[in-house]
Amino acid sequence: MTELLHRPWPWYVTGPLLGLVAVSLLAIGNKPFGVSSNLRHIWAACLPGNVAYFKYDWRRDGLWNLVFILGVVAGGFVGGVLLANPHPVATTPAAGTSLAKLGIHDFSGLVPRELFTLHMLLTPRGFLMFIGGGFLIGFGTAYAGGCTSGHGITGLAALQLPSLLTVISFFAAGAAASFFVLPLLVPR
Amino acid sequence: MTATPAQRERSLGVYLAMGVLFGIVLTKGELVSWFRIEEALRFKGPYLYEVFASALAVAASGFALLKRRRIALPPKALGRGVRYVAGGAVFGLGWGTVGACPGPLFALIGAGVGVLTATVVAALAGTWTYGYLRPRLPH
Repeated sequence: MTELLHRPWPWYVTGPLLGLVAVSLLAIGNKPFGVSSNLRHIWAACLPGNVAYFKYDWRRDGLWNLVFILGVVAGGFVGGVLLANPHPVATTPAAGTSLAKLGIHDFSGLVPRELFTLHMLLTPRGFLMFIGGGFLIGFGTAYAGGCTSGHGITGLAALQLPSLLTVISFFAAGAAASFFVLPLLVPR
Repeated sequence: MTATPAQRERSLGVYLAMGVLFGIVLTKGELVSWFRIEEALRFKGPYLYEVFASALAVAASGFALLKRRRIALPPKALGRGVRYVAGGAVFGLGWGTVGACPGPLFALIGAGVGVLTATVVAALAGTWTYGYLRPRLPH
């Protein structure tokens, strides 16, 4: 029984549940499922300053979502620690070969343990990866008005053309970054 | 926003519970897995595409059903579309570099990957910079 709880879920469980989260938020509270807007809500709540973009009623528009994201952190603990998969992630052999070329050989856990460390963050490459990458994520999602959740799931499922444009764009750029930027930043 | 009878204010606990569910789906479904993200971005496996397609199928059907009850999200304005293409490209570069998008960033912090708190702080800086430059950026 516990073995079953620790096992990773197959796509046909994960995908429909993911879709159900978006549908439930709309059904129960007329809320748009999306994560990146929380980065804006945090500024609006804590330090709007003189920037018009952060001056709005964040309690009305964003409080529910900030609470939601708090739940995501808690859910990450449940799924990633309490129910952690003890085995290496079962990627395809092709993915294994491709990532081994980058020097990634340990596929246990949710992220490569040799890469996601404080020590790595304090190196120039690690700084570019974690800080540079994070900055681009925050800037780009605000510019596009959504991320993989808000555009990729909610917007596409609502058949919105702007979301299709965004998804094509971030997917192409994501693949480019994986092929051309990541190899420069992973130490070998 | 279409005003509907369903638009009552729910207690915040409901959203907390939905967030916990989403966080569990992200981790148990390996959507936060750096290995799975890079597998997909390098076209080396179908897993993420299968998740994405089935999630879309469920969400699109659900949204269509809700629309009949006049519950729908307000449409996004296309405008010239610059913000979607440019913003998406900037986001995608960061996504492929870190190997996590915003939802997974939060879930991974909960899962104990502490170094990503620095990434969230950097993302906050990025969002602030956008807010500051917004009047001068093409949209």
